[in-house]
Amino acid sequence: MRKLTYAAALNEALKQEMRRDPAIYVAGEDVAKYGGIFGVTAGLLEEFGEKRVKDTPITESAIIGSAVGAAATGLRPVVELMFIDFIGVALDQLFNQAAKMKYMFGGKAKLPIVVRTTCGAGMGAAAQHSQSLEAWFMHIPGLKVVMPSTPYDAKGLLVTAIREDNPVFFIENKMLYGLEGGVPEEPYTIPFGQADVKREGSDVTIVATAAMVHKALAAAAELAKEGISAEVLDPRTLTPLDEESIINSVKKTHRLVIVQEAVKRAGAGAEIAAVVAERALEQLDAPIARVAAPFTPVPFSPALEKAFIPTEERIIAAVKEVVG
Amino acid sequence: MAVEKEKLIEMYTKMLTIRRFEQRVAEHFAAGKIPGFVHLYIGEEAVAVGTCANLRPDDYITSTHRGHGHLIAKGGDLKRMMAELFGKRTGYCKGKGGSMHIADVELGILGANGIVGGGPPIAAGAALSAQYRGTDQVVACFFGDGAANQGTFHEGLNMASIWKLPVIFVCENNHYGISLSQLKHMNVADIADRAKAYDIPGVAVDGNDVIAVYEAAHEAVRRARAGEGSSLIECKTYRHRGHFEGDPQVYRPPEEAEAWLKKDPLPRFEAKLMEMGVLTGEKAKQIEQGIVAKIDEAVRFAEESPFPAPEELGDDVYTA
Repeated sequence: MRKLTYAAALNEALKQEMRRDPAIYVAGEDVAKYGGIFGVTAGLLEEFGEKRVKDTPITESAIIGSAVGAAATGLRPVVELMFIDFIGVALDQLFNQAAKMKYMFGGKAKLPIVVRTTCGAGMGAAAQHSQSLEAWFMHIPGLKVVMPSTPYDAKGLLVTAIREDNPVFFIENKMLYGLEGGVPEEPYTIPFGQADVKREGSDVTIVATAAMVHKALAAAAELAKEGISAEVLDPRTLTPLDEESIINSVKKTHRLVIVQEAVKRAGAGAEIAAVVAERALEQLDAPIARVAAPFTPVPFSPALEKAFIPTEERIIAAVKEVVG
Repeated sequence: MAVEKEKLIEMYTKMLTIRRFEQRVAEHFAAGKIPGFVHLYIGEEAVAVGTCANLRPDDYITSTHRGHGHLIAKGGDLKRMMAELFGKRTGYCKGKGGSMHIADVELGILGANGIVGGGPPIAAGAALSAQYRGTDQVVACFFGDGAANQGTFHEGLNMASIWKLPVIFVCENNHYGISLSQLKHMNVADIADRAKAYDIPGVAVDGNDVIAVYEAAHEAVRRARAGEGSSLIECKTYRHRGHFEGDPQVYRPPEEAEAWLKKDPLPRFEAKLMEMGVLTGEKAKQIEQGIVAKIDEAVRFAEESPFPAPEELGDDVYTA
């Protein structure tokens, strides 16, 4: 299969969908002439013009709020929130307006909005440009929350997101943009709520998201050398969450380690652990382990940032603990 | 500006409908039949009616927590509105929204809004959509003096101005952000002056004079339809009731309220129409009877309608 980077896969999804449907437009800070701060929207302006590819002011409330008004009146906005950390100045338009409008109106609104954003530490961007806040959005009925880990998933999930008639919060991990992987040239969709087994195994289930999927895979490869067979499962979408696949994997392995880059407290991993505790506690041969960031803001210095982000070594240690 | 006789009567009828609807809502709220919070529009009728009289059915509005007047002015159905206020399944939102979230997307009503300042970015987006689709639809964005201090006011007006979006920003300055007087919540007397910051026209009008509002909105709508961009209209008005029903209103000097009651937009318009020979006492009585009958019917419909079933709680969160 042809190889593309994660960023190029997203770019291809945008271009192909925009060619298919003239109601789709892209707007955000530096998305047009600059091509997006991480290059994901490169070339869109040249192909689709200023009407469909709009540079906005630095105005996050209006970026998301205008998407709400446009979507409610027939367009399909794909807007970019440059960093997930910036949602603080725009949150009302996402969680009180976009997410609730359909429900508040008794079902009589359709809001096909994609908010693309970036998360993740690893480039020294410090406390306000590096967070993993996915759990915030899982807590809001009306939103769908997507977190792809590979170029293949990135393209397929973005195509699905754009074709969705609900607001989708699409979280791209900035450390994955340069990651290469096989991506079909033709457009394809990946259904939401369908986890993907990234590696099969029988001794322990590792549920991991975004960049942590790759650390979990590296850990699993190391563990295999020691005779421990780890299954790595990526939920890919957090809302909806594919509970069945997680439960089925736990039924097979009887052990669960959850890995997230976000701080541990009240994170996506806490929800996943609760689901397994509620539905399959008797299947567990060991307590559930979570590998996550400490309860601190994301630090700046590379020395501290390295200590913040969960490592392959910590995943291996957690697996050994539960495998006993 | 000469306004057609039929239009004047229509505006009068709408204003009186809003007044009587709201009075009935107050009664049923006091009687415990309407749950939650209600923010009544009594005293501000000229703003919604003077603005919406310039709109077409396919134009859009964004509304506020004090939204009943906007909805009626844009053509909202009284029965479905009242049923929604009562929390009934036959209401506009199947009982899921209530007073602060009534919407009728087909009538271009993009919703009341429980968040002060929630509307301007949404209005900019609806206007962007009209521009994008190449229609000449316009958007009237209603908000209060309190919302004019929110960041979303700035973001919405800035976006609308740079992209020449067809929005009529209508500030209903009732001089209070909940309990805080405009004198204490902003340093300017005329919110319309803020238009200068966006290089768009800004005009302050007597918001209790429906013709003054109509004329200002007429020019702003013309401009928006012609692709010349947005405008800000500040309508100076006063709410006769508290911020919400049950508000003890300790913050308003009685003499201030009395002075404003003398400027009540309804008797003023009625007297003017009579003076113009457009309205007679007999005609006014007929209109009143017609309105009361419709509101009686709306209340009956609301009272007789079923509540939603508990199983409906989970419907409409997502589009399938």
